[in-house]
Amino acid sequence: MAELTEAQKREYWRYNIRLTVVLLIIWALFAFVLGGLLAGELNKITILGFPLGYWIAAQGALAVFVIEIAVYAKLMNRKDHEFGLDERPVSTSARAA
Amino acid sequence: MTTATHGPFRWSLDKIFGLYTLSFLGVTVLIGLAEAFLGLPNRWIGWIFMGLSLGIYIVIGVITRTSDSDQYYVAGRGVPALYNGMATGSDWMSAASFISMAGALSVQGFSGLAYVMGWTGGYVLLAVFLGPYLRQFGAYTIPDFLGGRYGGNAPRLVGVLAAILCSFTYLIAQVTGVGLIVSRFLGLDFNIGVFVGLVGVLFCSVLGGMRSVTWTQVAQYIILIISYLVPVVVLSWQLFTVPFPQFTYGELLQRNSASAIQVTNDPKEAATRAAWKAEADAVAAKLKQPGLSDAEREKLTAQQKTAVAQAKPPAAPGATVANYLVVPKGVGMWNFLALTFCLMVGTAGLPHILTRYYTTPSVKQARTSVAWGLFFIFLLYFTAPAYAAFARFVVYTRLVGTQIADLPRWVTLWKPAGLFDVVDKLGDGVVQLADFVIKSSDFVVLAMPEIAGLPFVITGLVMAGGLAAALSTADGLLLTIANAISHDLYYKVIDPKAPLVRRLTITKVLLIVTALIAAAVGTLRLAIIVELVAWAFSLAAASFFPALVMGIWWKRANRTGAVAGMLVGLGTTLFYMVGSRFYGLSWWGTATVASGVFGIPLGFLTIWVVSLLTAPPPERVQELVTSVRYPKATVSSAEFAH
Repeated sequence: MAELTEAQKREYWRYNIRLTVVLLIIWALFAFVLGGLLAGELNKITILGFPLGYWIAAQGALAVFVIEIAVYAKLMNRKDHEFGLDERPVSTSARAA
Repeated sequence: MTTATHGPFRWSLDKIFGLYTLSFLGVTVLIGLAEAFLGLPNRWIGWIFMGLSLGIYIVIGVITRTSDSDQYYVAGRGVPALYNGMATGSDWMSAASFISMAGALSVQGFSGLAYVMGWTGGYVLLAVFLGPYLRQFGAYTIPDFLGGRYGGNAPRLVGVLAAILCSFTYLIAQVTGVGLIVSRFLGLDFNIGVFVGLVGVLFCSVLGGMRSVTWTQVAQYIILIISYLVPVVVLSWQLFTVPFPQFTYGELLQRNSASAIQVTNDPKEAATRAAWKAEADAVAAKLKQPGLSDAEREKLTAQQKTAVAQAKPPAAPGATVANYLVVPKGVGMWNFLALTFCLMVGTAGLPHILTRYYTTPSVKQARTSVAWGLFFIFLLYFTAPAYAAFARFVVYTRLVGTQIADLPRWVTLWKPAGLFDVVDKLGDGVVQLADFVIKSSDFVVLAMPEIAGLPFVITGLVMAGGLAAALSTADGLLLTIANAISHDLYYKVIDPKAPLVRRLTITKVLLIVTALIAAAVGTLRLAIIVELVAWAFSLAAASFFPALVMGIWWKRANRTGAVAGMLVGLGTTLFYMVGSRFYGLSWWGTATVASGVFGIPLGFLTIWVVSLLTAPPPERVQELVTSVRYPKATVSSAEFAH
């Protein structure tokens, strides 16, 4: 695989930055806004017995974090493949041996 | 050796750990049968579980022993994402997560959720800012990265200092946890318990370094997650015929809240609380008398604290929900957010976790393994709030209102352990909520098997789980400390020509010495240790996180900036910690545990300003930082590491 052109590099990196920013906004929204500042208000809504604000801080935000990281891994790994940035699947010990 | 991620090796890993899990479950069932039909005594069950689990860890240590440097420091960078995820899970989840977190939630209510969100949300930061890039740089330790990226000895040495500072207090807490578990379940002396646990830790780390620790941690994760889920799943089944406590506890939150309000308005409960209030006042008066000895003063203060806590109703007068569902406002909310933030950034800055991302075969797998890691942690963390609600429910429905002469079985079994007490304050022979004195909320997890009416074999399982949680974290911490000293201080700074054999020997000696010092300090049972562990997060957050993130994301960041940033972050945090804890310092009412909230932004700011004021880093380093953005590296990461 040939080296990436400067334009390709920019495109790849901008994709990464955009994805990172979006994920961080969602992260902050759940951790600090919905699970923190607005939790008192959201507690007025009850679903299956769970006051919503309490539920978000106890479980909802956690689930969102797991999904976020899984999405990040999936999308970035796909992007790597698209740009031919797949690494040779060798460990350093294999290289050293 | 060829690739560890594809083909027969990976398949046999799945087979080995699948078989291991099945055999572990099989043995548990066998012990259960022996208990039911042969009357196997409880003490024996405890010994079997401890012997069995320590035996497994020692065998793994012996099988995976190695003297190859790549294997010893970073497990040959051959750990597949799924397994690195499990290893991260048990490396991360300590005795505090396993034994104490659920109980803390049950006592602290909403405010305690800062720990649940903080200790998981940090992985988002780790995933997008650090994990994949650290793998791409391909160093051996975190100080090693700092030394390689910024050049020179100063960043490396500050890194070594911070790594030891964060890891050592944390290690002492794990050692103390092992001692408590062993002494509680086996009736051994606490000090002997500590040293028995050390054997399990040292066998792995000394023989095979990161390689042994990794595979042991995988085995430990499997034990700890099974033992955490079983008791509460069974209880959920008994109450709702649904085996998912994580979804059924919402119902209990409502019922508990209603019970709390009822208890608050109940006249007999009010009388009990008034009796406690009277005791608190009487003790307060006694404390004002002159000429008390320190021991008397300490005893009275403890008595006063208990009485004050017992006199507090579980819901505010006239409130529609119980205290534990109430979201704090004002300074309380600021501290909740600040603590969540510090725990998150600290999670992404603790060296023993970051090192795990050096061990994957590729950047791709590093990304995937952060996802697996958090998923495996999530399994335990999203069950913890259910534990808290179930325990509360059992106390309200099966303890409050019973006769003192006829306490539930779990209460009589666990009362001698000293985690809680039942005091008939009114002397009416009936248990009121205010009669139930919680001394350590750890009972929530430890007594859950008996609360659910399960046989002792499950209690043995929980013991093995707690032990696995404490030992696995101790393993990771011990290795981090020893490698920071042997690789970064000795090899990279003092004697760069040292042959591999000598380096590994020094590492092994350091492992043993560090473990012994930790054990010796652990046996002192200092009360401050639990507090220090919470501080470690703020320290890691303020020292490592800014320097790591700026080093990866900003090529202009230079050595002077990084060193200044780490020292300013660390210094500010330590200053506020000591000031607020001992000298009444208070900035916007911020709690001591959230001290990092000032040091983190100051650390970033310092790196930025100082870097711009001084010369840019060499061209070669700037190119390296840019090249790391694209996984198929043009700069060989192997060259960087050595």
